[in-house]
Amino acid sequence: MKTLTAALSAAALLALAGCGGGGSGSADEGPVDLRMTIWSANAKHLALFDQIAAGYKKDHPEVGKITFEPIPFDSYTTTLTTQIGGGNVPDLAWIFESSAPDFVSSGALEPIDKDADLVPSTTANWEKDGKLYAYPFSTSPLGVFVNTDLVKAAGRPAPAEQIAAGTWTWDEAAKTAAAVQARGGKGGLVVGDFDYKGWDTLNAVWAGWGARPWSEDGKTCQFDQPAMADAMTFLHKLVFTDKGMPGPGVTKDFFAGDSGMILTQISRAALLEKAKFKWDLVPLPKGPAGDYSVVGQAGIGVFKRGKHADAAKQFLAYFTNAENSAKLAQFFPPPRKSQLNAATLGKANPLLKPAQLDSVVVQGIERGTIKPSHTGYAEIQQTVRASLDRLWKPDADVKAVLAGVCSKINPLLAK
Amino acid sequence: MTLLLEKPARAPAMTDKAPYWTMRRRDELAGWLMVAPQLAGIVAFVIVPLGLVVWYSLHEWNVLAGSFTFIGADNYAALADDQQLGPVLRATGLFSAGLVVLNLSLALFLAVLLNQKLRGTVVFRTLFFSPVVVTLVAWTIVWGFLLQDNGGVNAFLDVLGIDGPNWLRSGGTAMASVIVVQLFKNVGLNMVLFLAALQGVPAELYEAARIDGASAWARFRRVTVPLISPTILLTMILTIVGSLQVFAQIAVLTQGGPGTSTTVLVYYLYQQAFQFHHFGYGATLSLLLFLIVLVLTVVQWRMRRRWVFHEN
Repeated sequence: MKTLTAALSAAALLALAGCGGGGSGSADEGPVDLRMTIWSANAKHLALFDQIAAGYKKDHPEVGKITFEPIPFDSYTTTLTTQIGGGNVPDLAWIFESSAPDFVSSGALEPIDKDADLVPSTTANWEKDGKLYAYPFSTSPLGVFVNTDLVKAAGRPAPAEQIAAGTWTWDEAAKTAAAVQARGGKGGLVVGDFDYKGWDTLNAVWAGWGARPWSEDGKTCQFDQPAMADAMTFLHKLVFTDKGMPGPGVTKDFFAGDSGMILTQISRAALLEKAKFKWDLVPLPKGPAGDYSVVGQAGIGVFKRGKHADAAKQFLAYFTNAENSAKLAQFFPPPRKSQLNAATLGKANPLLKPAQLDSVVVQGIERGTIKPSHTGYAEIQQTVRASLDRLWKPDADVKAVLAGVCSKINPLLAK
Repeated sequence: MTLLLEKPARAPAMTDKAPYWTMRRRDELAGWLMVAPQLAGIVAFVIVPLGLVVWYSLHEWNVLAGSFTFIGADNYAALADDQQLGPVLRATGLFSAGLVVLNLSLALFLAVLLNQKLRGTVVFRTLFFSPVVVTLVAWTIVWGFLLQDNGGVNAFLDVLGIDGPNWLRSGGTAMASVIVVQLFKNVGLNMVLFLAALQGVPAELYEAARIDGASAWARFRRVTVPLISPTILLTMILTIVGSLQVFAQIAVLTQGGPGTSTTVLVYYLYQQAFQFHHFGYGATLSLLLFLIVLVLTVVQWRMRRRWVFHEN
């Protein structure tokens, strides 16, 4: 009989374990817990978010825990959508500008209140039918960080001097990059997050030639246009002929002092806190199409299918109000007119000088174009990546490769 | 035994009517209850998910919008029209074939070498087996660094005066690199299985063959291989099934590139489902994978009669 009893109790235990998940449906009782997925795991960022959350909880006893859940940058959107697909929907999430059309058009997000202080160009990406679906908390212009020690050692003028002389152009930047790399062991110019895969980071270069990956309406591929061919030829030459950019499969960390320049978002300045070299931040060089600026964006949205959408909306309004926006400004350039000036930004960014903030951030956001995005972005991203791989070889036929890109993505753009 | 002992105690009281709980029924129930946990596991983690995958493959599932629409056989029609699928299946076949051939021959070669009664073989056995216990992703990341253009492998080749290729960035070498990284990771496991089989080959057969004048190669070919053929079959099935499910190495080392040269089936279905949000189509692709694995395994199992020793 013992055997039978043991087997029965095992089966009963199993049944209990199987049903355990379904029974507790009392989510509305007790304190409301909120969860926001983010792609930063920076301790200072998290400390600031926790501080803002603590301030909110003081006046909102109904709110229990507010969790900021870092997900690795590379797989962020994939992980987020997998969570959503699996029914584990976060209450709030950071969203890349490239995924904005997918998230906004899908109806997954709750509309949120639009503050009149927001600069119109910063919200355009996040609106549909006149409603705002995410708060563009980070509006980060791309700039060039320069290791002035390496540039001087290579016998090249510092970019700041060239800006003063009006000669800070892509051709000059290429010469500087090549000179730094020629000294051996160091990289010339690194394009941040590119690594010959994240081709969309090159938008910050193409825009100088007036090139775009696809038309404004998103329907037609423009990789095969002359401006793009010129820009890509310039990059190809910089990598393989002039040798001013570390080649495919070569890693050079600017922030560890291993390259002369990096083209990236200014929010990366935090990585330079302990830099052992002299550095500067300058605007993007002038391209054949003149002065330009490119802005990277990130939004925070509230999920309709989150457990506590209303509570999440209220928290988002607090998290991004003028006072907290000023605090967040030390890491993420704010989208608020009242805060987009060198004085406010300077208080929050001790690492950057007022002149740097004014030239790169303030003017950048005012003049800048937002990086192009599209619905079904991940598939387009991947398809272009696969087609462009043929470009990153010394003997590549640039025009043929670019025409190939268009033949691959036109069907996707037309969807 | 408890059941057997209890039966006679109750039996005298029920003489006119046969008891429902006969010994046979009790044993049957006990048997069912014993396998219940295992059965519940298989139902919950194999049968139900498999059924769900079939169900998902008949739907268009937009995770973001939260919509789940029945579309019938549309995903299967898309499968037939998918121009990417040809290259993907080619890459999968190339990876599998390369890995199976290299893995089995190297594993057998190492096993034969390490089956000799020489000093130090234990050290080498441990050395070749150790990658098996290393975490897959850690192993792959380290190889990722070594295979960079300015990485360890090319630095070593440079010392020898050889200008090494950009391993992970050019079509041919990328696939070869992924295969070799996987080969060294798992060859130790097959090696150990072969070693165990080799040690089960009776020494007198070799002796008899030697007396008959068989050369070393003939002894290997005519004595060793037939006797260890059940193990060859086992390792072959395991390696083929494993090679068809390769994912982490591709995700870490090449992300399917350059171009789509290393986009194998599992990586492609991951892209479709989790990156492009085509969960329904991803489910269809996973059924295709299931079918391929099933067919290959059945074919091998049926073919075993032709070449596997000890089988009827």
